[in-house]
Amino acid sequence: MAEVLTQRDAGPSTPTRVAPKSRPGKLSRYQTRWAWFFVSPWLIGFLLFTLIPIVATLGFSFTNYSPVTPEATRFIGIQNYVRMTTDPKVATSLLVTVRYALLAIPITLGFGLLLAAMVNARSLKGQSFFRTMFYMPSMIPVVAAGLIWAGVMNTQTGWLNLGLEAIGLPAPDWLNSTFWIYPALVLIGLWGTGNLMLTLLAGMQGVPNELYEAASIDGAGPWVKFRHVTLPMISPVLFYNLTLMIIGAFKYFDMAYVLKNGTGGPADATLFYNLNLYKNAFEYNLMGYASALAWVLFIIVFVLAVVLFGTSGRWVYYAGDGKK
Amino acid sequence: MAAPRVAATTRQQNQLERVLVSTLAVIILLMFLMPLGYMFTTGLKSDAQMSDPKAPVWWPFSQQTFTYNGETFPVYKVPTDAGVQHLAAVKKTRAATTFIDPANPTAGEIVWEGNWRTLEPVYFPDAQWQNFVTAWNELNFPLLFRNTLIIAITGTLGAVISSVFVAYGFARFNFTGKNALFMILIGTIILPVQATLIPTYIVFARIGWTNPFLPLIVPHFFANAYNVFLLRQYFMQIPRELDEAAMIDGANPLQILLRIIVPNSVPALAAVSLFHFFFAWNDFFSPLIYLVSRPELWPLSVGLQKFNALYGREPNMIQAGALITLILPVAVFFLAQRVFMQGIVFSGVEK
Repeated sequence: MAEVLTQRDAGPSTPTRVAPKSRPGKLSRYQTRWAWFFVSPWLIGFLLFTLIPIVATLGFSFTNYSPVTPEATRFIGIQNYVRMTTDPKVATSLLVTVRYALLAIPITLGFGLLLAAMVNARSLKGQSFFRTMFYMPSMIPVVAAGLIWAGVMNTQTGWLNLGLEAIGLPAPDWLNSTFWIYPALVLIGLWGTGNLMLTLLAGMQGVPNELYEAASIDGAGPWVKFRHVTLPMISPVLFYNLTLMIIGAFKYFDMAYVLKNGTGGPADATLFYNLNLYKNAFEYNLMGYASALAWVLFIIVFVLAVVLFGTSGRWVYYAGDGKK
Repeated sequence: MAAPRVAATTRQQNQLERVLVSTLAVIILLMFLMPLGYMFTTGLKSDAQMSDPKAPVWWPFSQQTFTYNGETFPVYKVPTDAGVQHLAAVKKTRAATTFIDPANPTAGEIVWEGNWRTLEPVYFPDAQWQNFVTAWNELNFPLLFRNTLIIAITGTLGAVISSVFVAYGFARFNFTGKNALFMILIGTIILPVQATLIPTYIVFARIGWTNPFLPLIVPHFFANAYNVFLLRQYFMQIPRELDEAAMIDGANPLQILLRIIVPNSVPALAAVSLFHFFFAWNDFFSPLIYLVSRPELWPLSVGLQKFNALYGREPNMIQAGALITLILPVAVFFLAQRVFMQGIVFSGVEK
């Protein structure tokens, strides 16, 4: 991204030429003033709603602050962090989050690839119709989607199990089994693959046709072309989505809350990291402790992002034409 | 000699591929639509059908009844000597049931030996359209809708205006630290809300802002990374010559933004507006935190979730409510899908 910026900005059209009276220094001061003026909404917002709160969260994490008894707030050092190491709910929530991520990410990425490849295939008639229809469920608000799926997965009247029984497959109690709840969440998540499909599709459409032609001459079939041409060429898009999904698992909240009314059930199987944080902050009023949880979450996400981007060169192919 | 045969096999292969891909696409489409079918038909079912395990599940049905001498009796499928007949049960006992024939009530009573519970009821399709009216009222939809609109529209205005300014700053100006600032801006995409949540919540609660919607609106007046990124990409495609021409005419950067950049970016602005509008429509976490104790201020997301908590035992009402809340976003999506999907591609791939 940085390269894009410098290239564009080093372009020939810097307005130096059109303001002959100004000396360069004066002009650039004029430019800089305007630039800060335009960027200022975000800068102010970043300070007020991001930077200061993050630092404040760190501060709160060293206290026993509770909104019920704010006057009793004391500095308690690293007690909250020590408590996290022995709190079984923290270990559970981390396990739940990781378990879900390990199941959801490969399946969702694979399904997204399948959808994108399908609506990209010349052999599919009505590509744009299917593209629109595959995207459409992503527009359904999360609460409505959760309630619809809770009905579909109902063991008595839900259509999913009736369908599975009709074709002779086992019909699990999706939402009340500590095992099946994860496939259930993944399945529900597939309804929202639209964004992934569209970004992967755009990546696929950006692959130069000559590469496929060259592969054809070498006798490559569809699978070989997909594996050795398409996948490497869209690896930046895949990587970007993978990063967002890994981090997304640590932000997961809405669907788990809607499906199980925020209980974290069955038997804490949907007690995602974020749900545990929410419960501590807003149900148990342990905001100091929740701040510590939030800071650890921040560090986890930060480290994941650094590691992923730091090692991206190993699995992402960037075409060497300066576009990336 | 060999060439035509090769062409034929290729054509056959293409044919096969076409059939396979189309079949798969249709199967996935049906699976995607299945939950909506469930929602729609369940929303039309009667309470009686929901609690009747014998009733067919794939369409709203009611049990056939017959009114005789001012009383209403259920109709069953009764095996008789003359084949299976649809008869109304007027007197039920464990050992025998007395029926009359709705087609010929004057023929008198027919006694059938056996437990009536083993008989299959006769159903007829009967959609309860009034369920949607009931759900609309029970949800208090007009109020939820009003609250959602207030939050979504003001938030969208703020998000679009502020993001236009910031994106223009990043697209057209050079200043020290610009690249670093831009990287930080993009970095905020991965930042979990929870990292900033608690102090923000405490401050909003402490200030006790007279308008409780403000925590859901004000933060969006300070631009966000997705919008800025998308708009900046778009702005950079607008030729600088247009800016320069305006500059020669004496326009300052603000005038250039309003007269050149904004009119040339209508699709991008539309995409950003839609994104924010749907984000606000969909947002569940923030209203849950800030408005949970104020039912009169709930938006649709929280309202529907609480409706579920209240009506959990009436799945038909829940599905009718879900349908009411998703119809607008889905309809707008179909109307504006081009702008919408292009916007996603624009903001998702270029990174």
